[in-house]
Amino acid sequence: MRLALTHLTKSFAHRVLDDITCDFGELRSLALIGPSGGGKSTLLRIIAGLETPDSGSVALDGEPVAFADEISLRAHRRRLGIVFQAFNLFPHLTALANITLPLEKVHGLAAAEAENIARETLHRFQLADHAHKKPAQLSGGQQQRVAIARAIAIKPRLLLFDEPTSALDPEMTAEVLEVIEELKDEGRDFLLVTHEMGFARHVADRVAFLAGGRIIEHAPAEELFAAPRSAECRAFLARILKY
Amino acid sequence: MISALRSAFFATDREPASLLARAASFALALGVLSLVCFGAFSALSYHWAWGPVMGYWRLFWRGWLTTIGIAALALPLSCAIGLAFALLRRSAFLPLRYVARMYVEISRGTPLLVQIYFYWYIFGQQLSRDFRFLAGALILSLFSGAYLSEIIRAGIEGIGQSQLESARAIGFTRAQTYRYVIFPQAIRQILPPFAGEFASIIKNSSLLSVLGIEEFALAAGSVSSVTLGYFESYLPVALGYLILTLPISLWTQSLEKRARFET
Repeated sequence: MRLALTHLTKSFAHRVLDDITCDFGELRSLALIGPSGGGKSTLLRIIAGLETPDSGSVALDGEPVAFADEISLRAHRRRLGIVFQAFNLFPHLTALANITLPLEKVHGLAAAEAENIARETLHRFQLADHAHKKPAQLSGGQQQRVAIARAIAIKPRLLLFDEPTSALDPEMTAEVLEVIEELKDEGRDFLLVTHEMGFARHVADRVAFLAGGRIIEHAPAEELFAAPRSAECRAFLARILKY
Repeated sequence: MISALRSAFFATDREPASLLARAASFALALGVLSLVCFGAFSALSYHWAWGPVMGYWRLFWRGWLTTIGIAALALPLSCAIGLAFALLRRSAFLPLRYVARMYVEISRGTPLLVQIYFYWYIFGQQLSRDFRFLAGALILSLFSGAYLSEIIRAGIEGIGQSQLESARAIGFTRAQTYRYVIFPQAIRQILPPFAGEFASIIKNSSLLSVLGIEEFALAAGSVSSVTLGYFESYLPVALGYLILTLPISLWTQSLEKRARFET
C-alpha cells in the first residue's frame, strides 16, 4: 500500500491530530506507537473512514479518501478489514454468521459461497469447532480471532488493527499476535495500533511514533527501536521497556 | 416445625419452592381471595339473578367477538405506527423528529377517552356507520402506537455504540444496520414490554363503546340497563377480558425468562 497524509487535523474537545503531513511511500505494514491520547487510534479511524478529519486529506494507493461523500466513503470502508479492541462481534449471531453476513449482504456473495469462505477461514484459525457458537460462548482470544476472520474473509485491500490485544490476557494476546504474524507472512498489508512494542518491532516494516497529535518520527522498525532520533520517542521507549 | 413451615411457604432465590409448596400457596391465596369476595357480596346481600342476563348470551358473544376483531386489527396496526414514529424520532431531518415527539407526548399525556372523542368528531363523523369499527381500531392504534414507539426507541437506543461502529466498518447502509444489527438485538428487549402493551390495547378497546361500537363492554352495558343485573352483566365481561389478556401476560413472563437465559 501507499499511504500519504496531508495537513491532517482533527479536534474533539482539544486538538487530537495537529496538522499531520507525512508520506509513508510504499509499504506493507505500518505500526503506530506512542503514548495514550497521542492520536494513534484517531488516525487509524480516519484512515478507516470511521471519522472525518476537520481538514486535510488521506490518500491510499494514490486515491484520496472522499470524506464528504457518504456513498464513496462507504465504498472505501467496504474494501478495508477493521479489527477493534473490543472485538465488536454481533452478539446475536454465531461465529459463522458473523463472517457470512458481510460477505452476503455487503459483497453480494451467494449463501453457499459465503459459508464456504467463512468455514475455510475459521478452519484456518483453528476455530472450526466453534463455528456454531455465539460470541458470549467464546473466550476473548477466540472472539478476536473470529473478528480477524470476519475482517479478512472479504479480501480487504488493507487490514486495520486498533489495539487488537489490549482487552486480552497474555496467553490470548499470544494467540491473536500469532494470527497477525501469519497474515504478515502471507503478504497482507496492514496498519496496526499497538502497545506491544516487541510485536510492533517484529511484525511491522515501518513504525511511526505519534505524540501530542503529531508524527514525531517514522522509520523502519529495527531502526526506530534501535536508535530513536527524537528525545520524545527515546523517553517513551525507555519508560515502556524499563519493565 | 418452624423450618417445615418455612420450606412450605417461603422461597428465596437460592432455595426455590417445590411444586407442592407452590400449589399449596396458590390454593391458599385463591381461598383468601374467594373469602374476601364472598364476604363482600354477602354484606351487600345482593340478589343474584343470572336468568335474565343469560338470555342475552348472543349479545355478549357478538360483543366479545367484536372486541377480538378490534384487537386483531389494532395490534398489528399499533406496531406499525409505533415503529414508524420510533424511526421518525431518530430521523436525520429535525422537523420530523419534533413531529414524532409531539405525537408521542400528546398521545401519552391525554386520556384515551378524550382522544377518541376528538379524533371521532374531527375526522370520523364524515364516515358512514360501517367504518366505525375501522375508525375505532385506528384511534386505539394511534393511542397505543405512542407507547409502543417509546418502547421501540428505548430498545434501539439500548444497542451499544460499538455495534453501530462495527456495522459502519463492515460497510452496511443505514437500512442494513437496522435490519441486520439493531432490530435483531433490540427485539429481545422490546418483546416483554410489548406484550404488556398488547394487554392494554385489548382492555382499552372497551372505551370504544362511547362511539357506539358494539363491543364487549357495550354489550354488558346494554344488558345491564335492561335487566338491572349489573354484577351479572359485568362479571362475564371481566372474565372475557381475562381470557384474552391472561395468555398474553403468561407469554410475557416466559419471554422475560428466556431473555434472561440467553444473555
